[in-house]
Amino acid sequence: MTMIREETPPPGDVVLSLRGICKQFGAVSALTDIDLDVHAGEVVALVGDNGAGKSTLVKVLAGVHQPTSGTMTFQGKPVALTGPNDALALGIATVFQDLALCENLDVVANIFLGKELNPYALDEVSMEIKAWTLLNELSARIPSVREPIASLSGGQRQTVAIARSLLLEPKLIMLDEPTAALGVAQTAEVLNLIERVRDRGLGVIMISHNMEDVRAVADRIVVLRLGRNNGVFYPDTSNQELVSAITGAADNAVSRRSGRRATQQDVTGGHRA
Amino acid sequence: MKSAAPLDRADVRVRHDAGFGGAIRGFIDRVRSGDLGSLPVVVGLAIIWTVFQTLNPVFLSSNNLVNLLFDCSTVGVISLGIVCILMVGEIDLSVGSVSGFASAVVGVLWVNSGWPVAIAVLTALAVGAVAGVIYATLFNRLGMPSFVSTLAGLLAVLGLQLYILGASGSINLPYGSGLVSLGQQWVMPHVVAYGLVLIAGIAYFVSGYRTATRRRRAGLTPPSIAGLLVRALVLTVAIELVAYYLNQDRGVPWMFGLFVGLVIAMDYALRRTKWGRSMTAVGGNREAARRSGIDVHGIYTSAFVLCSMLAALGGVLSAARLASASQQAGTGDVNLNAIAAAVIGGTSLFGGRGNAYSALLGIIVIQSIASGLTLLDLSSSLRYMITGAVLAIAVIVDSLARRSRVSHGRA
Repeated sequence: MTMIREETPPPGDVVLSLRGICKQFGAVSALTDIDLDVHAGEVVALVGDNGAGKSTLVKVLAGVHQPTSGTMTFQGKPVALTGPNDALALGIATVFQDLALCENLDVVANIFLGKELNPYALDEVSMEIKAWTLLNELSARIPSVREPIASLSGGQRQTVAIARSLLLEPKLIMLDEPTAALGVAQTAEVLNLIERVRDRGLGVIMISHNMEDVRAVADRIVVLRLGRNNGVFYPDTSNQELVSAITGAADNAVSRRSGRRATQQDVTGGHRA
Repeated sequence: MKSAAPLDRADVRVRHDAGFGGAIRGFIDRVRSGDLGSLPVVVGLAIIWTVFQTLNPVFLSSNNLVNLLFDCSTVGVISLGIVCILMVGEIDLSVGSVSGFASAVVGVLWVNSGWPVAIAVLTALAVGAVAGVIYATLFNRLGMPSFVSTLAGLLAVLGLQLYILGASGSINLPYGSGLVSLGQQWVMPHVVAYGLVLIAGIAYFVSGYRTATRRRRAGLTPPSIAGLLVRALVLTVAIELVAYYLNQDRGVPWMFGLFVGLVIAMDYALRRTKWGRSMTAVGGNREAARRSGIDVHGIYTSAFVLCSMLAALGGVLSAARLASASQQAGTGDVNLNAIAAAVIGGTSLFGGRGNAYSALLGIIVIQSIASGLTLLDLSSSLRYMITGAVLAIAVIVDSLARRSRVSHGRA
């Protein structure tokens, strides 16, 4: 039922490709026949109402949940994720909504947490250099990497969490609600950050409830509804149409989509916005 | 980003405290924001010593201080284990019982059964490790709060101690044996004491100098060499003076040397290894540590086992100090003194903050109070009350400092 539209040339090779992913929790189908493609150097926004299955999908991709059925292809090879470490080893990094930073440790320690260099005599100098390199690549404005995380603002913490996810040189990075808790300026900073990550050639999946943010950075917008694909849109889609797809409330959106399905044509580009 | 500035000095918003004045300004800032470090202990110790010295001039005599160091070493080792378990934000209330049980094990195996002393001591340590594994399993597998499991352990292990000591209730360890001599007599030859302090001072300077060199080569700002030299010199001279003062009497006890050695080893492990970093992370934010791929259960297990083993070692040392393994060993105020020492020294009860030196500083405070009150011939009832008050003050300082750190964004 979904349309994987390939009429505009993709920004890069397909990094991740999902086909027919289903996930059932007992009698409940959290995900049904999900198809999703992410290209290198592309920001895909995953939107949907509460209970649409966004978080479940992210957890499947992070290796936390295993899909009931369906295939996952990563960089052209079929893969099965049996645990979070599989995902990390493949190069799928996740920035969780709560960031999962240790406030009592400094920035360097957080970036390298669990992956410290030289376990029996920590190589603080190399770690600090690498931390600065990562942060500078993101044009991050962290005053000092030797301050505990507790002294940083929400946006700076987000930056640290993103820098940490980049440490293992991932191919795909997933951000769960990266702007939910942020102010206007900090939101803009994080959005800039996402664009810079994309410009480094990474595939980005971003979950958000904020349509403005989604439209600002996403190259494609994938809508989930009740655990199913509910259309793929582009940033120039009108707000109303997006909201209709997300909520399924407006009749006209439904009819439009069925019209689209019938003709198998591009609907989102020209006649709207 | 200016190319001239080192990587870590590029941001104009950060004030860089360079030189002597900068160091002082940074220190004042840290204290004001609630990052007190060792300051409360040093101030507290100064007050305690002044009071007791004016009340009884014997207090600061070489002889009394040497005795003080003998006494510090036993509970101090237990307190080092408490630092370990507090780092991950858990508690072990059974360290007193475990230490008493370990001393009973040594007494029974060595004196009653005729085992070699080394094997008996190793068995006691192994018994401690088993206790730690049990607590860790209860915590990791069953989610039993360490507060409850170790409280249960306190009673159960005390029962074991009474059981293996049997009717007699007390076993005397032979005078003149190595273990008892370690606990009561052996002191470093004067030259060795001076030499060890000098080596420690040089090692402190050299390691700091090497760090500074590496940082400069890597394009980061190095810490000031002059400041490092001053610190190393002041510390070395101060400790050499203390050693000189102690050498006027018997000298520095080897048992205290062992304790300090353990403290230094623990400090290295906590600050400079991946294990120590993981301990701090688990104590600060357990879920974040888990998602970073840290084996959280393994870290908890290591903390519980280390705590119980150090408690057992402390028990063996106190048996050596008293030359007996008795039913009273490890009961009474041992538990609270060990925990109080760690907290007074600056290790947070809330997890994720602390250092090995807090066991050393804290136990000196606790033992100073105990020794001073004994010299004044005050009853143990008063001693308990005063120690309790000091512990309460230490925890209040910890809580207030924590609140201040939160409001100043220093976690």
